[in-house]
Amino acid sequence: MIGRALIHVPPTAKRGEVIEIKTMVAHVMETGYRIGVTGKPIPRDIIDQFVCTYNGEVVFRAKLFPAIAANPFISFFTVATESGTIALSWTDQHGATRVQTAAIKVE
Amino acid sequence: MAEKIQKNRRSRREVLKSAGALAGGAALMRIALRPAAATPATMQEAVRDFVGEAPIKKGRVKIDVPPIVENGNSVPCTVSVDSPMTATDYVKAIHVFNEKNPQPHVISVTLGPRAGRANFSTRIRLADSQAVTAIAELSDGTFWSGDVDVIVTLAACIEETTH
Amino acid sequence: MRVVAFICLAVLATMFGAGMIQVAAREIPLNERRPDSDFIGADTRAMQDDDTANPGMLAVLDGEALWKQKAGATGKSCADCHGDAAVSMRGVAARYPAFMPELGRPVDLQQRINISRTADQKSAALPFENKDLLALTAYVARQSRGMPIAVVDNAQSKPFIDAGRAIFEGRQGQLNIACAQCHDDNWGKRLAGNPVPQAQPTGYPIYRLEWQELGSLQRRLRDCMTAMRAEPYDYAAPELVDLEFYLMWRARGMKIDTPAVRP
Repeated sequence: MIGRALIHVPPTAKRGEVIEIKTMVAHVMETGYRIGVTGKPIPRDIIDQFVCTYNGEVVFRAKLFPAIAANPFISFFTVATESGTIALSWTDQHGATRVQTAAIKVE
Repeated sequence: MAEKIQKNRRSRREVLKSAGALAGGAALMRIALRPAAATPATMQEAVRDFVGEAPIKKGRVKIDVPPIVENGNSVPCTVSVDSPMTATDYVKAIHVFNEKNPQPHVISVTLGPRAGRANFSTRIRLADSQAVTAIAELSDGTFWSGDVDVIVTLAACIEETTH
Repeated sequence: MRVVAFICLAVLATMFGAGMIQVAAREIPLNERRPDSDFIGADTRAMQDDDTANPGMLAVLDGEALWKQKAGATGKSCADCHGDAAVSMRGVAARYPAFMPELGRPVDLQQRINISRTADQKSAALPFENKDLLALTAYVARQSRGMPIAVVDNAQSKPFIDAGRAIFEGRQGQLNIACAQCHDDNWGKRLAGNPVPQAQPTGYPIYRLEWQELGSLQRRLRDCMTAMRAEPYDYAAPELVDLEFYLMWRARGMKIDTPAVRP
């Protein structure tokens, strides 16, 4: 189950400025390699897709593997082109998605 | 690119299947149950899946990982590529690989000129002391790589799974 | 000759094991006390200090949501009685464990939250290490961040703090060692490659990288007892609460830094 997502986007930026976006989401990222108390491996359960869109256009995309630590944290950069909405979406291997948005004002 | 990886995988699986059928199902079963650890060879295979036959030049890619890691469960990792990130000269994708985890992939990132900077950070899992490699694909079709050696210590008092 | 030497060694080992030869376990002088964050790597410390990167903050935010959630037969949320946690819960975590006259013994913060749930909110108690209970505890404890630990040390609480001290300084388990031998006598040195901290519980509940999730001081104590090859006390056992009480008293004056990040 994809838990709470934390997202940090600067609320304002100058046009053309390169801004940093930081995000973290609550998820166990079960690798599928851990042995449970029954002696059987716990099935894999990971978030495998992360997409950032800026006013609908994809500006960053990542495919995650079991080697990404639990409660995935990603920080990356994007150019502040215009005011609008930055949307981050996390999708797990079962296809469930969580989207978190933030508004940005670009002068 | 992703399609190419899928096609290669399928053909390898088919080869394995037929080999297994010849050698005996039991042998194949045993291999399937035990998580095969990646080796430097499997990592090279995974890299070739992504890069194909193209040459990989060393340089321009920097991986920042603490040299000694307290716990392999969560290792901060920053990858940066020396690139102006303009509309005509930018980093298209960065793939990160490892050589000793159960499987060789860590993360695959797709960028573009809108990124402004070819730089991202995340936290990764490392099963053992090993090398981590990042390959960047540039807009001009060239591939560049960087790698780092990491020592992973374990916390002294490790909880057992009976919690 | 060799047989006599072997017998001497065996007797010495037994005497050592039986505690007849004591390794001096002395309290760390108050001004030499250092938080456990001093003994972790720079990257782990950086993770703790950055609210945007601290994985424990996810639980704190979950706790904030639970604080506002209506529950139980009363249909009230914590907020309905306690208002803004930043005001009403400020300093609370710094005072726990605390002696409860109604029970005649101390309770820790998790137990106190459960008492409030069952007695006041009329909702079900949450089991120990339950994700929601940890989130609520982390949220409440976070409101005391930066404040000095100030558990009450008086005639009522003294017997329990002393009982906790006896557990801390007493040998236990197959290895027949005491917590104090590592954490009072040998802090700062290394065990299996990792520095031994003083074991000052300033940041609980902590996000432990080994657990890949938030956990309580009781969980950490049980881990350590297992590692010492001693039978760990059950969750909520009076011995664990007494030990928590002693440890918080031992850390008096040190600043709360919940949610801490530890390897």
